Amino acid sequence: MSLAERSDPRFAEAHRELAPRLGVARRIGVTGPPGAGKSSLVEELLLRWRAAGKRLGVVAVDPSSPFSGGALLADRVRMSRLALDSGVFIRSMATRGMFGGLARATDDLADVLDAYGCDLVLLETVGVGQSEIDVARSTDLTVVVLHPGGGDTLQAMKAGLMEAADLYLVNKADLPGAERVAAELADMLDMRAEGATRPPVLLASATRGDGLDQAVATLDRLLAESEASGRLLARRSANAERRVRRLVDAHLTREAWGTAAGLDDALKRSLASDPAISPHALAEQLVRLYGAGRKESS
Amino acid sequence: MTTAPIKVLVAKPGLDGHDRGAKVVAAALRDAGMEVVYGGLHQTPEAVVEMALQEDVDVVGLSILSGAHMTLFLEVRRLLDGAGLASVLLTGGGIIPAADAEQLGGSGVGKLFGPGTTLGELAAYIEAEVGRRRAAGERT
Ligand SMILES: Nc1nc2c(ncn2[C@@H]2O[C@H](COP(=O)(O)OP(=O)(O)OP(=O)(O)O)[C@@H](O)[C@H]2O)c(=O)[nH]1
Ligand SMILES: [Mg+2]
Repeated sequence: MSLAERSDPRFAEAHRELAPRLGVARRIGVTGPPGAGKSSLVEELLLRWRAAGKRLGVVAVDPSSPFSGGALLADRVRMSRLALDSGVFIRSMATRGMFGGLARATDDLADVLDAYGCDLVLLETVGVGQSEIDVARSTDLTVVVLHPGGGDTLQAMKAGLMEAADLYLVNKADLPGAERVAAELADMLDMRAEGATRPPVLLASATRGDGLDQAVATLDRLLAESEASGRLLARRSANAERRVRRLVDAHLTREAWGTAAGLDDALKRSLASDPAISPHALAEQLVRLYGAGRKESS
Repeated sequence: MTTAPIKVLVAKPGLDGHDRGAKVVAAALRDAGMEVVYGGLHQTPEAVVEMALQEDVDVVGLSILSGAHMTLFLEVRRLLDGAGLASVLLTGGGIIPAADAEQLGGSGVGKLFGPGTTLGELAAYIEAEVGRRRAAGERT
């Protein structure tokens, strides 16, 4: 797991041994604005699935500090009722400012939990930027958690949270304003769907335990429907395609900027001799240089 | 290979009070560039070790004010070793008499930090100690 968390190249090798055992676990992404109650809800959901005898895994992502590079990983403190349950494995990780690498590490960690025998793997990310939302969507199903303190629904739309979900949970239903958020959201989704089916919107309160049996039943139903209709397979294959593309991107980037390709050198030399060179022209030169180098070496 | 950030579990076992101290320590280590899993209050030694195992941390830092430090540190150390985590540094702070700290040090517990020490000293100690263990190949 630590190899996966670090995107260590040795993980690729280890992954070959996991491969035959993958695909059993259903993966659910949980995203939403900071403090919406994602971790608290995850704990409540897990307790219910545990009672149904499921083996569970969680990957919980919190942001790295852009200043120190450190991180405070505080999701599992909200899941402390599961601390000693051997049927639940919780792993926290930091975003580490990884461009695209976050998705890689979380996919890999989810694979390890899948191979380890989990029936369900939950992936909690903070829904602030596109890459975090993408991570939550690289799953079989995505839950977006909103709350009455999270600003208006416009803000959630701006963050891209309104296209991401298969289910909306409006948490903190014990506080005023939750019902209004849920109603506004339902209106907006109805308008977008234009008569077609749209994702359900449920009210919940993690602190009171309200609405959670229904949330679990709805998630189980959505997963079963998605499997029966073939949508699960289609989504997995789209996810696999994106994942391979990301791995190829990363590989090519590493190769292009490695010392052997000479691009890094050429870039610095060109800029030093002609600081006013057009960035576009130089980029094209470098791409041609890379292409020529590849032809030579093949 | 770039070296991975140091991963630390900060928890407060035992039955006493509030976790302000543990939170301050967690934030300080984060500011020192470490990835800190915050484990929270009232954890049993078993729960602390289970978290350390699942999170694959380099360091477990315990904040103990209750006077139960002798049993708690020794118990966590014993369970860590039993779980194959002998290379994990166990450190922490609280109100711990020097004689007790010395005795714990003889039982595989790292340096313990009392009220007089700064958070910078704690971070520097963790960096040096984990660096040493990584260099010796005890940890990767
Ligand atoms: N009133 C109320 N408070 C809640 C509810 N659920 C969670 N909270 C509180 O909201 C705060 C944030 O809860 P978390 O579960 O940590 O939220 P989160 O979305 O995981 O937060 P991040 O991971 O930091 O983005 C905590 O103080 C919780 O106690 C709820 O249903 N009602
Ligand atoms: Mg959280």
